[in-house]
Amino acid sequence: MQSQTIPDTLKPPATSVGVLGWLRKNLFSTWFNALLTFFALYVIYVLVSGVWNFVVTTDWGVITANLRLFMVGRYPMEQTWRVQASVSLFAFLLGASWAIWRGIARSAAILLAAVFFTALVLPFALNDRLWMAGNLALIGVGFAAGYFTRARRVLVWAWLASLPIIALLLYGVGGLPRVATDLWGGLLLTLALSVVGIAASFPLGVLLAVGRQSTYPAMRVFCIGYIELVRGVPLITVLFMMQIMLPLFLPEGVTVESVVRAMVAFVLFTAAYVAEVVRGGLQAIPRGQMEAARALGLNGILTLLLIVLPQALRLTIPAMVGQFISLFKDTSLVAIVGLLDLAGIASAAANQPDFLGRQAEVYLFIALIYFVFSTAMSYGSRRLEKTLGVGER
Amino acid sequence: MTSPAPSSVSRAVPFYRDVRVLRILAQIVFVALILLFFWYLLNNMTRGLSRVSGAFSFAFLDNAASFALSETPLPYDPATDSYLIAFLIGVLNTLRVVVAGIALATLLGLVAGIAQLSSNWLVSKIAQVYVEIFRNTPLLIQLFVWYFIGVLSLPRVRDSLALPGSIYLSNRGLALPWFTTNETFTLWLIVAFAAIAVAGVAYWLLGRVKTPLLYEWRGVWAFLVWLALALGAAVALSPVTPSLPEIRGFNFQNGLMLSPEYAALLLGLVFYTGAFIADIVRAGILAVPRGIIEASRALGLTYVQALRLIVIPLALRVIIPPLTNQYLNLAKNSSLAIAIGYADVFYVSNTIFNQTGQTLQVILMIMGAYLIISLTLSAIMNVVNARFKLVER
Amino acid sequence: MKRDFRGFALLVVVAVVAFAIGACAGPITTVPTAAQPTQAQATAAPQPTAPPPTAAAQPTAAPTQVAQATAAPTQAPSGGPTKPPPTSAAAVATGRLKTVLDRGNLICGVNGQLAGFSVLESDGSYSGIDAEFCRAVAAALFNDVSKVEYRPLTTQNRFAAVQSGEVDVLMRNTTFTLNRDTAVGLEFLPTTFFDGGGILVEKSLNATKLEDLAGATICVLSGTTNEQVLTDTFNSRKIQFTPLTFPEANALYKALDEGRCDAATSDKSQLAGQRASILSKPDDWVIMDATLSKEPLGPAVLQNDAQWADVVRWVIYATWYAEELGVTKANVDDKLANGDTNTKRFLGGTGSLGKDMGLSPDAFYRAIKLVGNYGEIFDKTLGPNTKFKVPRGLNVPYTQGGLQYSPPFR
Repeated sequence: MQSQTIPDTLKPPATSVGVLGWLRKNLFSTWFNALLTFFALYVIYVLVSGVWNFVVTTDWGVITANLRLFMVGRYPMEQTWRVQASVSLFAFLLGASWAIWRGIARSAAILLAAVFFTALVLPFALNDRLWMAGNLALIGVGFAAGYFTRARRVLVWAWLASLPIIALLLYGVGGLPRVATDLWGGLLLTLALSVVGIAASFPLGVLLAVGRQSTYPAMRVFCIGYIELVRGVPLITVLFMMQIMLPLFLPEGVTVESVVRAMVAFVLFTAAYVAEVVRGGLQAIPRGQMEAARALGLNGILTLLLIVLPQALRLTIPAMVGQFISLFKDTSLVAIVGLLDLAGIASAAANQPDFLGRQAEVYLFIALIYFVFSTAMSYGSRRLEKTLGVGER
Repeated sequence: MTSPAPSSVSRAVPFYRDVRVLRILAQIVFVALILLFFWYLLNNMTRGLSRVSGAFSFAFLDNAASFALSETPLPYDPATDSYLIAFLIGVLNTLRVVVAGIALATLLGLVAGIAQLSSNWLVSKIAQVYVEIFRNTPLLIQLFVWYFIGVLSLPRVRDSLALPGSIYLSNRGLALPWFTTNETFTLWLIVAFAAIAVAGVAYWLLGRVKTPLLYEWRGVWAFLVWLALALGAAVALSPVTPSLPEIRGFNFQNGLMLSPEYAALLLGLVFYTGAFIADIVRAGILAVPRGIIEASRALGLTYVQALRLIVIPLALRVIIPPLTNQYLNLAKNSSLAIAIGYADVFYVSNTIFNQTGQTLQVILMIMGAYLIISLTLSAIMNVVNARFKLVER
Repeated sequence: MKRDFRGFALLVVVAVVAFAIGACAGPITTVPTAAQPTQAQATAAPQPTAPPPTAAAQPTAAPTQVAQATAAPTQAPSGGPTKPPPTSAAAVATGRLKTVLDRGNLICGVNGQLAGFSVLESDGSYSGIDAEFCRAVAAALFNDVSKVEYRPLTTQNRFAAVQSGEVDVLMRNTTFTLNRDTAVGLEFLPTTFFDGGGILVEKSLNATKLEDLAGATICVLSGTTNEQVLTDTFNSRKIQFTPLTFPEANALYKALDEGRCDAATSDKSQLAGQRASILSKPDDWVIMDATLSKEPLGPAVLQNDAQWADVVRWVIYATWYAEELGVTKANVDDKLANGDTNTKRFLGGTGSLGKDMGLSPDAFYRAIKLVGNYGEIFDKTLGPNTKFKVPRGLNVPYTQGGLQYSPPFR
């Protein structure tokens, strides 16, 4: 109030506002900072010019020739429409979510649209371009559908149903020919491993966490033993064990596809980590809540299901997403046991007679894919954290 | 309801309604189910193994290993030394990379974490970009990039990069000046240990002196006393002869050689884990309320004193538990050495079970080794944690 | 009241689950060997309906008719190619062969990362000599080379995959050794590639004998026989060396090319192939004369299944025998119609060789027609027309001084 009445306010000096002011404040505030700035500029120059030179001068033939392998692996050519249909379904649902939920769904939809849009510019076959354009349109249609119907409940069910639908579509059900998971590869396999790992390890992890808090000593001891054992050993040993030992554990004549064995390994491994995350959430719920619930006449199971778990799980969302990002990255380990996920395909592509020794290109390419997915997930997690107000109450 | 009395009154609670009986019964059934499950697996496996190879025993460990190892911290002769020795060398190699990795990753994480909070915009952005890139791509891919694109494209051994101080860098590794021990080395070791006792006495004595210069810096003085004694003994006894690396025949002879595989694994683990530690450090520093720092300054503490006495102890309380997890992850992730051919415990074990076919035994040994490493690490970190927890009232 | 019910229900549920698990565990522990033949007959009925469409679509439809027309006392080929009619004395498929025929495709364990032997192509197929032999077996079984499901395996899990029955046959440049034949529980079939362990060094090092390599760093693939041979040979000669092991060939040759090691040891064919294809200056490298070891590379199946082993064994012999007889992909139809008695019997024109094995009479005809004889397979995958230019060495018919000596097809 008073400051308004002061006449002839001096304008701030030119060096403290605008671009110059910003530079001075953020880059050159002290001589040490100035030195740091120059050093940082040099580092940036070296890195950017190096990467730029590499990207421009390199022949990316190994990627373009094997793009199909990188995306779907050995999924049969004439069945690829099933993968495409799955992506289209996803695009549609994402478009609808954009209209209804906004927030993360909007960012995800825009990201997907951007990917398709860039791909549209690149020289793909006409059919593929049509499909990509179709997906862009589907995002729009989904948005319109969501915008006008506002069918929130339907959308939730659609998302829940989409997972089994996509799984059955890809694997083959009814009249569709079966495509064994051993033929899945590339990004498709990476995503399949991640999604199955996430979906199945979550309930198992919750069960283990609850078991660890159980009043039954036998179950508690078992859960503690399991969690600590699994957390004490590297993932790669669990993967090896599943790949090499599981066939011996099964009765004669029964074989399990190696991809399924890898999925089992990821589920068993991640569940132990999820259990610890959930335990953190469970311990954060005040005892009074449980006592109040019991006083209201709820029994142990109902207290857990209706009072404790909903609150606890909400608290664990950020840590859980972190766990799932690390699961996503860890799927690359299946390449070591001979599966053809993104990393496995990369290694196989660098072994083709025409592209022998092109490791740099393939690994940088798949690193980019992993980076985009992981970053998107962690960005989404941060947004979700803010919307839910975790840690703010 | 206290005890099941034999009288007709207790009929009201038949055994299948008695909570205590049910609790015990449920646990017995649970244990029985678990045992049944394991018995089933084991049963299958014994049949599977009998179909394939011999019985379960660790006798094969005494056989001569007959495979050479590229890195042997202990003398090792494949013609005579057993599989057990080879396995132990693998364990030592793992420890080499884990210990160095933890130290360097902590350092890098500290620097990057502080840099993220730097007032210099460019520096904090670089740190953030580093963290984002290395957190969001799989370690396996990073290792491939470090090894194939990074370390292997260093100059060949004949065109080694000569650095000052007889250090040579080539894609055979980093050759450092080292020393060979003379007969007097043991004697010198005894003297050096004795000097520790002398330094301890000096520390105790300085603690009673009231001169601030001596009292405040008594740790440094005691160290100087030890250093003087140890160096004096070294001059007198000449326990070691310096050994400078030189190219003779195919490779560098003498000196200390750090192999490219070791370097790539170390770099990969350090940069990957460092990114996670950076975020932990940042969160830890941010967790210290500004008011506390300002209050300590108001009380007349200098900036360094405030940092040393107030900020760091408070931040460490937040930092240590997640840091422990990162250390454990680093130890477990070191098993990815197999991807780039570093002879760690996992890689050596792989060769062992490949040659002997004793898969189950070897996998159990690997798990045991990692469990011991993990448990030791967390025990150490628990002690550290307990020290800083004492601040709590 | 509610509580009462819950406790009781819990007991019942647990009892049922325990019983179910016990019930499952019980019967599986005893392998129902006795039931197998009856099962075989029961499931045999619907089987023949499946193959004819594929058979008709293939160019081999004609020779099947030829076989019928010329001399087909049992009218075998009119049904499915896989099932002999119950009236004939032909072998009934059991064990693994039956499993494969029922499944309708062959699961073949391959390397997938070794150019020339088996490598994943951009279109998702596999190429290389091991992959060709997978196709030859599939051709004999199903008259369709696309009925192969390739399973890429690492050196670590290749034997486990055979032991557990996950793959029907292992075609993964695997050396035939006594240990693997016995303790590991495999059965090795005729060697598809007679190889020898060698050492690849830079010419400029002027190494002519192993002693010249004293102090050198030598790259080798882990889990291979080469790794053990290297250690044994150098240790017995007291030559000091530093081994550097890699889990896969690609990494190894990359490291060699970059100068990480001075020499590499592997099978000579592999060295020749990799020298020509992956090293940036192939002419700077030379394979030393010394042969460190014998490396007979061949397919393997699980032991104790003679019928299935015979199928794979004789398909391989067939590729040798065809070359010996001069039967090629191009002239096989002509040979079937106009060849001598031996040739006709071999190709299924007369006799019952194929049926005796539980296959269609023209099984070998199909393998040759769809894949080719050994010489053709070799030329296509490793020979002079390829990037690898591997010399055939010992892999020529005995008539030319090689080791390929097929037993008579009669």
